[in-house]
Amino acid sequence: MSSIQLPEPSPEILARRDAIVVDLRELVGAEGVVSDEDGRRAFETDGLTAYRKMPLAVVLPQSTEEVSAVLRYCHQNGIKVVARGAGTSLCGGALPAEDAVVVGVSKMNRVLEVDYANRVAVVQTGITNLAISGAVGKDGFFYAPDPSSQLACTLAGNLAMNSGGAHCLKYGVTTNNVLGVKMVLMNGEVVEIGGAHLDAPGYDLLGLIIGSEGQFGITTEATVRILRAAEHARPMLLGFASTEEAGACVSAIIGSGIIPVAIEYMDKPAIEVCEAFAKAGYPLDVEALLIVEVEGSETEIDDLLARIVKMAEPFRPKTMKVSSSPAESAKIWKGRKSAFGAIGRISEYYCMDGTIPLKQLPHVLTRISEICGSHGLRVANIFHAGDGNLHPLILYNANDPAEVEKAELAGAEILKLCVEVGGCLTGEHGVGVEKRELMRHQFSETDLLVQMRIKSVFDPDWLLNPAKVFPLAERVMLDNAA
Amino acid sequence: MATVKPAVEWELSNLILAAAERGRPVEIMGAGTKRGVGRPVQAAVTLSTAGLRGVTLYEPTELVMSAQTGTPVADIEAQLEARGQMLPFEPIDLGPALGAQAGRGTIGAVFATNLSGARRVATGAARDHLLGVRAINGRGETFKSGGRVLKNVTGYDVARGVAGSWGTLAVLTEVTFKVVPKPEQTATLVLFGLTDDLATEVMCQAMGTPYEVSGAVHLPQAMAQRLRTAELRDPGKAVTALRIENLASFVEYRSGKLRDHLAPYGKAEVLGDDVSLAFWSELRQLSILQDDVRPLWRISTGPTNGPKVVDAIRRYMPVDPFYDWSGGLIWLEVPEAADAGASDIRRVIAQFGGHATLMRAEPAVRAAIDVFQPLEPAVERLTRGIKATFDPAGILNPGRMYAAM
Repeated sequence: MSSIQLPEPSPEILARRDAIVVDLRELVGAEGVVSDEDGRRAFETDGLTAYRKMPLAVVLPQSTEEVSAVLRYCHQNGIKVVARGAGTSLCGGALPAEDAVVVGVSKMNRVLEVDYANRVAVVQTGITNLAISGAVGKDGFFYAPDPSSQLACTLAGNLAMNSGGAHCLKYGVTTNNVLGVKMVLMNGEVVEIGGAHLDAPGYDLLGLIIGSEGQFGITTEATVRILRAAEHARPMLLGFASTEEAGACVSAIIGSGIIPVAIEYMDKPAIEVCEAFAKAGYPLDVEALLIVEVEGSETEIDDLLARIVKMAEPFRPKTMKVSSSPAESAKIWKGRKSAFGAIGRISEYYCMDGTIPLKQLPHVLTRISEICGSHGLRVANIFHAGDGNLHPLILYNANDPAEVEKAELAGAEILKLCVEVGGCLTGEHGVGVEKRELMRHQFSETDLLVQMRIKSVFDPDWLLNPAKVFPLAERVMLDNAA
Repeated sequence: MATVKPAVEWELSNLILAAAERGRPVEIMGAGTKRGVGRPVQAAVTLSTAGLRGVTLYEPTELVMSAQTGTPVADIEAQLEARGQMLPFEPIDLGPALGAQAGRGTIGAVFATNLSGARRVATGAARDHLLGVRAINGRGETFKSGGRVLKNVTGYDVARGVAGSWGTLAVLTEVTFKVVPKPEQTATLVLFGLTDDLATEVMCQAMGTPYEVSGAVHLPQAMAQRLRTAELRDPGKAVTALRIENLASFVEYRSGKLRDHLAPYGKAEVLGDDVSLAFWSELRQLSILQDDVRPLWRISTGPTNGPKVVDAIRRYMPVDPFYDWSGGLIWLEVPEAADAGASDIRRVIAQFGGHATLMRAEPAVRAAIDVFQPLEPAVERLTRGIKATFDPAGILNPGRMYAAM
């Protein structure tokens, strides 16, 4: 993939590279700076591997003070900075630039405080998503947002992208589960917003910061909500002969007043690949599969699943299977959560992330097959049905440049379709570099101006995570209109 | 003072554009029920959104509703009720506690002030359920942010950024929000006669159980005596109440389990559906804070700090607290004073963390002190920067949240 333009690096900064590395070593010690070519190569891309840029240098600070010192230095010297968590972004959110310093928070990964009475934990943001739940799980608590990459991705990245997950139908996304952050601004200033209290004073700066794609500052600590886990959880499988019936079943369940913790949808190509990989017991003779999970006591779960079965019956499910053991439940989820990896074993794929109103699902899936078909490409669809977040995985041959280009074109057409039917370009992955130029399809010039002006408040020189989120030409417009 | 109520969005944007060009301040409001909150606004013109009315989208099976911002909350709730749904965050009706009529507030103002009720402790605040807005900033520009789907990270989260800004950044014209099913049944576990300390311990324990407690409040005896629900007022003791909502059979199981869990603190009484609904509904109206005109503070702090903050303030003045959000939200009535106790209260807050807002006081008091919590210097700089980008001429509700802003 190569259609997205990246700005030419500044020759002046590139020429100063050696001196900059010396200065950075001075600030964080030699062990905190990666400057050799092999070392830097590990940071040249993220989850959107088609784009690669060798960073000027990589800094791995160990404290908020070190982050502050590095940012202050870069600010004074006009050097761009790209913040990085674990580099799992699927939209190029952590893609470096040749004239930018990558600041990675991965060494700051400690749990600083767990407070069960107030149901909060204070953590450093380099901690992985799953490690937060890991730290409180023994006491029956968990951190709710659960992106598929949760084993690797960091809270810092989750904050930047306002990450979701399969269980956010009930528990919300990152912004609903974070009460405070400590953040370093580009000029080195440290700001603390919120804390253990349930709302912060003044403007909702936390709301603005979460989801700002690393363009407002680098978060180093956060106060997150931890919740007591339900007594038990159990999924069931519902297989249907058509997309229409599966979609109508989801509407019936939600309309009845039951909100399951998760309702996941897979189409036939996705089912086949995931079943081959995970042996989860998915039915292979259906067009659409729902994984519906409910929580509560064992009796409550029996009751809820019986209600769901009854609601599903009018839609003539071909399969209805309730998990009979924790081992089977784990397999069912393993199949779904490893979908991306499983599909990656058979082909390169391009993972899309639009959101649509649920009732548009049959129309959108038909159009997606048409779009991909017209480019001669195959597609598998994974869908967080409860909240409308759709992940079409477009399969392509990475060694065929023409096919790569087709995949990108098909992807853009699919995202435009999501916007046309009342949805949006991205539900949980973010805009990054990937969807930057598509922003005009969802937003007017004024909408974008309002956003870009906020960026200028936090980072007036636009040094943080440059050339992302907004179409490159819009920046010119801001300068003219500001 | 003239109040203008445009009936369409473009008319509103023209008015703001004209005001921006002349640099003339405009007071922004919905129905005006919360007009008494904040520093008094000096403006020749008042712009009300009350003329923008109507639900523009309602998809019960997608849990989403859009409405023009002047739509009364009462209308919104009636439409939701007809489909067995509700607003997830149970917004309180501030009107009666501020001397206005009940049930007149608009949906736009709920989001503009981020008003949330008891359920906030479990399911989040108004801002957590806001999916999208249309709005007009102080430059007269009409913009949108977010959308009508539950999951959306396209661009910055400007919708949440303008929620809770009390009409100082932009005038909301349309809001889109998540709705949820109404629970089939509600029960309330009540423990009588607990001290504030013990009550907070009980509430925090309850919130840490898997039974999904959706409300945790404590009314010391003085507050409990003002209740209209006789079952809770008549024993003449402090009331600590925990709400359980769900399918009927679940409620029975869960309240039994919770009662066992809390047995070390005493034998909890379990109130049934009717009494429970009456009790939580009067709390939504802040019934216990209506008959007084004393200054009223709203303090937000970590739940376990609630009683400590109150104790510390008591060293300076006699106060009557009502604890919501498991102890994390304190409504505090204080004696009349030139600064309504602001300097003492804020000194205590600085010690424990959190913030305090003066929700009810005479205009002279509100003009003289910081009604909203003064901000840390770094946060204040960002706040002023945000205000300047949305409203460079400073015409929208000037001075309402912070002096000279």
